[in-house]
Amino acid sequence: MLFLPVLIPLISIVLLIGFRHSLKYQQGLSIVSVFAQLFAAVSILLKLSGNGHLVAQAGGWPAPFGIGFVADYTSGLLLLAVSLVAIGSVIYSIGFVDFDRQKNGLFLLYQGLLAGVNGALLTGDIFNLYVWFEVMVISSFVLITLGSEKLQLRASVKYLVMNLIGSMLFVAAIGLLYSQMGTLNMADLAYKVRLQPAPPLVNSAIMLFFIAFGIKAAVFPFFFWLPASYPTPPIAVTAFFGATLTKVGVYVMLRFYSMFAQLDVAFWQPVIFVVAGLTMVFGVLMAASSYDIRKILSFHIVSQIGYMLMGIGLFSVVGLAGAILFIVHNMFSKTATFMAGGLIYLYKGSYDLKKLGWIYKTKPLLAFLFLIPALSLAGIPPTPGFFGKFLLLYAGFDGAHWSITIVALVVSILTLFSMVKIWNEAMWKPEKITADLVAKKVHPAAWMGTFIVVLLTLFLGLTIGYTYDYFAEAARQLLDPMSYIKAVLPETP
Amino acid sequence: MSLLMAILIGFLYAVSIYLLLRRSIVKLVLGILFLSYATNLMLFFAGGLTETSPAFADPNAGAEIIQTSDPLPQALILTALVIGFGVAAFSMVLIYRFYKETGTVDLDELSEPEKS
Repeated sequence: MLFLPVLIPLISIVLLIGFRHSLKYQQGLSIVSVFAQLFAAVSILLKLSGNGHLVAQAGGWPAPFGIGFVADYTSGLLLLAVSLVAIGSVIYSIGFVDFDRQKNGLFLLYQGLLAGVNGALLTGDIFNLYVWFEVMVISSFVLITLGSEKLQLRASVKYLVMNLIGSMLFVAAIGLLYSQMGTLNMADLAYKVRLQPAPPLVNSAIMLFFIAFGIKAAVFPFFFWLPASYPTPPIAVTAFFGATLTKVGVYVMLRFYSMFAQLDVAFWQPVIFVVAGLTMVFGVLMAASSYDIRKILSFHIVSQIGYMLMGIGLFSVVGLAGAILFIVHNMFSKTATFMAGGLIYLYKGSYDLKKLGWIYKTKPLLAFLFLIPALSLAGIPPTPGFFGKFLLLYAGFDGAHWSITIVALVVSILTLFSMVKIWNEAMWKPEKITADLVAKKVHPAAWMGTFIVVLLTLFLGLTIGYTYDYFAEAARQLLDPMSYIKAVLPETP
Repeated sequence: MSLLMAILIGFLYAVSIYLLLRRSIVKLVLGILFLSYATNLMLFFAGGLTETSPAFADPNAGAEIIQTSDPLPQALILTALVIGFGVAAFSMVLIYRFYKETGTVDLDELSEPEKS
């Protein structure tokens, strides 16, 4: 049961290789596969209510020896969000991406990426986590270079090098940790770290983990690869990346903070707050100074990662619930804005705000499709972005962390400014007719994918009264690592 | 012995960082390779260095064998090596394509000027 979210994409990859000559079958199979993943995610989430944690050991080996999959509400909710975004992204890609790329394995790589993401969300073993990270990152390497345009190749060199350095630091940290603790099972490690004062090298290992996941999640001094590489592949791919790659990095930070760093809050909380604040400020300032829709949105990814980190640093029920809600909201809203930006490109032939204009006049529906997720990113009620920010700020004031909370407030005004900038420039400004702006016929699947993700954003915002309980429950589980340890290792006292 | 190995791993890290900071893209890829060698060696020695202890203990030997060598890092390093090999192959193809498209191996050419 717990292995389904990984097995479905892996089986789909094999089938997609078999159908590589027929694009129609590939598209159909991909859609079936993402819906099957949605079904798996929903059934895991339903089973969670009442159990707390779900544990499955591969091959039936008992916990510290075998590799286990563990699901709690955090991973369950993120699995659900990933599968929902994947449905929108696959449908959107059918309409948006050119046939050459689609034929050369776009859908296969999507499934590879999904296998890695789902595996990383579920695994309970640190080395296994590294393997899923590599599955995910290698799929993304090929996705980002697919098409081999000059700009893509330039960008992918940066992307490749930064991510590989991150991976190597990750493995080095695993080596250090294993030499000190003699185990790599997360629950076992968390238990042993709590039993006795940890040897000093464990702290260096955790610092290395923080840097490795910081590179993957694009937090402050390590974020430069993201805005350099995300704008280059087709925007359908960028939208999918924005919803998956960095968010998994944040999820792992959340998990590790709950397991290890929580023991040394006096050291880690200021570190996380400083990094979070700088990530927010740098991201939003660079977004405010860009004039390309893709670049603005890419810098915004960085800025929003800062909010998620802030929630991790707060580490209270409301703060963590806000952080998880923020991750889910970002998956939906960010993907939706990227998709709407892609539709603008299909109609106008440019991402450059200086060339665009009058979309509100010519395509009012498209303008609204952009407006809803953009307001969500800026944090205007009743969108989920407002509730995420509200929870984070509430927890911040509640815990008397004044400086980070005020930084978050100022950054959110700047976010609103840069979203309004896109709106003013692309939607309301009179259009300058230039030769390279062409209105093409747009495939209905591109519209449909955008609709799906925009509706998801709205739905999350409007139903927050019901869904908040799930986020709060996820936060409570993270605050109580002993329940996780007991679920995986039933014999612990 | 472990001091020697520690120095070797440190040296490999130093080589890799030196190569990563060079301007040539070929040296960049070599730097990544050395980084993965250093890391893999470190992972390999995470189980500790022992000379005489066997990998498998004879269940009938009783208390005679006190120490066995840890087989897990050897399993881990196999996985890490295979992944590293795949990534190395991919990066070689990538720099080849990069050279074909741009005609340069200089990393400073990587950042194109902002098109206004």
